[in-house]
Amino acid sequence: MHPIIKTILVRLSLGLMTLLAVSIIIFSAVEFLPGDFTEAILGQLATPETIAAFRKELGLDQTALVRYLNWIGGVLQGDFGSSFSGKGSVTGGTGGDRSRDVVDLIAPRLWNTLFLAGMTAIIAVPLSLFLGVTSALYRNSIYDRAVNVTSLTTISFPEFFVAYVLILIFGSLWPVLPTLANVDAATPMLERIQRCALPALTLTLVIIAHMMRMTRAAIINLLASPYIQMAILSGASKREVIIKHALPNAWAPIATVIAFNLAYLVVGVVVVEVVFVYPGIGQLMVDSVTSRNIPVVQACALIFAVTYILLNLIADIIGIVTNPRLLHPK
Amino acid sequence: MSSKTKKSDVLLSIKGLKIQGFSDEKWHDIINGIDLTLHTGEVLGLIGESGAGKSTLGLAAMGYTQPGCRITEGEIIFDGVDLAKLTDGEKRKFWGTRMTYVAQSAAAAFNPARRLIVQTTASTIRAGIKDQSSAYEDAQQLYDVLNLPDPENIGERYPHQVSGGQLQRVMTAMAMSPRPDLLVFDEPTTALDVTTQVEVLASMRSIVEEFNTAAIYITHDLAVVAQMADVIKVLRYGNEVEEAPTRQMLSAPQQEYTKSLWSVRSLEKSQQVVKDSVLSLKGINAGYGAAKVLNNVNIEVPKGSTVAVVGESGSGKSTAARVITGLLPQMSGSVQFNGEDLPPALANRSKDQKRRIQMIYQMADTAMNPRQTVREIIGRPLEFYLGMRGSKKTQRITDLLEMIELDASFMQRLPGELSGGQKQRICIARALAAEPDFIICDEVTSALDQIVQEGILKLLLRLQEELGLTYLFITHDISTVNAIADQVVVMNQGEVVEQGLKTEVFQPPHPEYTELLLSSVPEMDPDWLTNLIAKRPQQSS
Repeated sequence: MHPIIKTILVRLSLGLMTLLAVSIIIFSAVEFLPGDFTEAILGQLATPETIAAFRKELGLDQTALVRYLNWIGGVLQGDFGSSFSGKGSVTGGTGGDRSRDVVDLIAPRLWNTLFLAGMTAIIAVPLSLFLGVTSALYRNSIYDRAVNVTSLTTISFPEFFVAYVLILIFGSLWPVLPTLANVDAATPMLERIQRCALPALTLTLVIIAHMMRMTRAAIINLLASPYIQMAILSGASKREVIIKHALPNAWAPIATVIAFNLAYLVVGVVVVEVVFVYPGIGQLMVDSVTSRNIPVVQACALIFAVTYILLNLIADIIGIVTNPRLLHPK
Repeated sequence: MSSKTKKSDVLLSIKGLKIQGFSDEKWHDIINGIDLTLHTGEVLGLIGESGAGKSTLGLAAMGYTQPGCRITEGEIIFDGVDLAKLTDGEKRKFWGTRMTYVAQSAAAAFNPARRLIVQTTASTIRAGIKDQSSAYEDAQQLYDVLNLPDPENIGERYPHQVSGGQLQRVMTAMAMSPRPDLLVFDEPTTALDVTTQVEVLASMRSIVEEFNTAAIYITHDLAVVAQMADVIKVLRYGNEVEEAPTRQMLSAPQQEYTKSLWSVRSLEKSQQVVKDSVLSLKGINAGYGAAKVLNNVNIEVPKGSTVAVVGESGSGKSTAARVITGLLPQMSGSVQFNGEDLPPALANRSKDQKRRIQMIYQMADTAMNPRQTVREIIGRPLEFYLGMRGSKKTQRITDLLEMIELDASFMQRLPGELSGGQKQRICIARALAAEPDFIICDEVTSALDQIVQEGILKLLLRLQEELGLTYLFITHDISTVNAIADQVVVMNQGEVVEQGLKTEVFQPPHPEYTELLLSSVPEMDPDWLTNLIAKRPQQSS
């Protein structure tokens, strides 16, 4: 077996173990949250009997270990449990159990989030690589400085501010883009893209500085190496030096930063979702925490963990396969 | 490509060249008006110590200046064109085609991500001198001429997959691929082991002769340049000291400075014979993880003498030092110091045991905390081992500085404000501060210029005489051994090949490896390499 495949398998299994550890942490953290769903829903005047019955219905009367095993066992089969809200007792016991499966609740939201993240990534990643490479190429020129100052400025403002400025420009001064991004499953693709344009643009401005600057720094760092001087002295043009000699050796740090920013696009964009009323997973998680809707909180947290672990794993693998010492062992 | 000019035609002529470098917020001179003439097929040796401007001049011969440098005056006429007046884009037409460059560290000068043959032929193919298949074929022939193993396939490898000596030869092939008129060798063998250096030198010389290429050979090693160059130019502080044909330069140097360079190699310690061992390694096996580096190593170090451990990189000489200091606990065997067994791990040794064994490192730069003053650096062992404070400590630091021939004003300086030789002196003072019996010197002079080396070696000898110190001197340089050692231990691949008094080890008959090592040390005789190649059976490594 090629050592690379072995390394990847090892990393993958380590990732799975990390995930298991994270699931325990998530479960315990939720366990330690103050307050109780039953009390939050039924109010302080509820009789102990009602509370006990409701707790039993939710399975809260069992020990933490049993509940954890039930939860994680279900997750492994793709069953994230059912949402607490809408359970029979809450509606007075007359309407039966109208709660929804967590999966049904999360799936459309997750799709929305991934759509927005993907759309942002398609714009931001190539753009920041391009800006990073060109600003390294024309280091210390006016172009380089302009790119740096602009990207630093956009990353320095809070997201909601960037969002409102964009709304002001493209929504009211020059109204070309919709300022509300309330999509649903029935929204046609083209309209979806159009509605997501402003949120995606906001996020692009927020994440581009990080990736662009790392690309620039990684390349400039390599430009000091003896093999770059060697390439120059063998007649390679500036462009060839950067594209053929510097960039292939710079992927590892760049990939790490890209992975970090893509993960942020999935897990950290709740502010942008709120500003544009976009039904993403961030808002769902915040709402669920407020209402103590524990199965949903747990599922969201687990999805976030998977996102981080998976993206970092991919970055690691890119780092490995672009390192000739590992790809072509002695 | 222009047609090759005849031998004895002037290929390159530099007149009144001045180059400045920018550092510490101002421009200062690196080259102050140097003239240089190179004929077709001629090899010019540029020698000098660090800071002499020899690399800057070598690169300037290609019209290139490193970032942060600029040509302020003078002309660089290459085949009728003044390179100093051309733009980078125009100079690029010469680079990699008519003039090529061989860098000091081949390991760093190859792009790690590209195959060797791709890098060897890149400029030849880019310039359209040959198409890909004929360039590849030619590269394989060059690999063969340069005595590289498996010349048909070695080009398919990546830089990290071949050894340093092989890589240096691949770089020579790369420089030769476009059949340049001028080749600049910038210390090409400095990073190599001495036995590897011989083979690389021989193949470089033969290929330069074969294609009648003019070359500039930059080095600080006189014996090496004597083998390669037709003419030698000596530089100092960016000025020319003198220039003469090689034989004349070696036999009758005119200038005082040149003579002082020549004389460094004559330092030789008269040998002491001592019986009592202060330190002995008995049956040491040690290594890192599964990789075993030392294999049943036995070394005796007599009290008050200097034992030189010689060997090439990977021979295990630095690992032996790590075992003695306790940084790398041995797997088996024992280290006896003053008759008692030292605990293998540093953590289990007493303060006094630690105090008695001190170490001086190769890179004085990295062996000192750049944010500490000389006072703090030397004061630390005084406080830690001897409990000195206040005025007593200050007095002791002053005394130590005096011992290493520096005055008390150095106390407030930071390492960055010291020269290379001064830094190494501070490291010596730090080791002395602990009042040790035994000092391990790990390649302490190899990063220094020859004249500075001489100063450090003399200092170490004087301190030994005054304080009765015992040295274990790790080095790969045989002339250093001559200068300082009483006893010699020859190591190869983790084993001791031979040990004994210097006179015994250096006298024939030798074990095979000692013979190879000793015969590979370049001598000042310009015919040395020729004779050596003739004597040695043809080997393909």
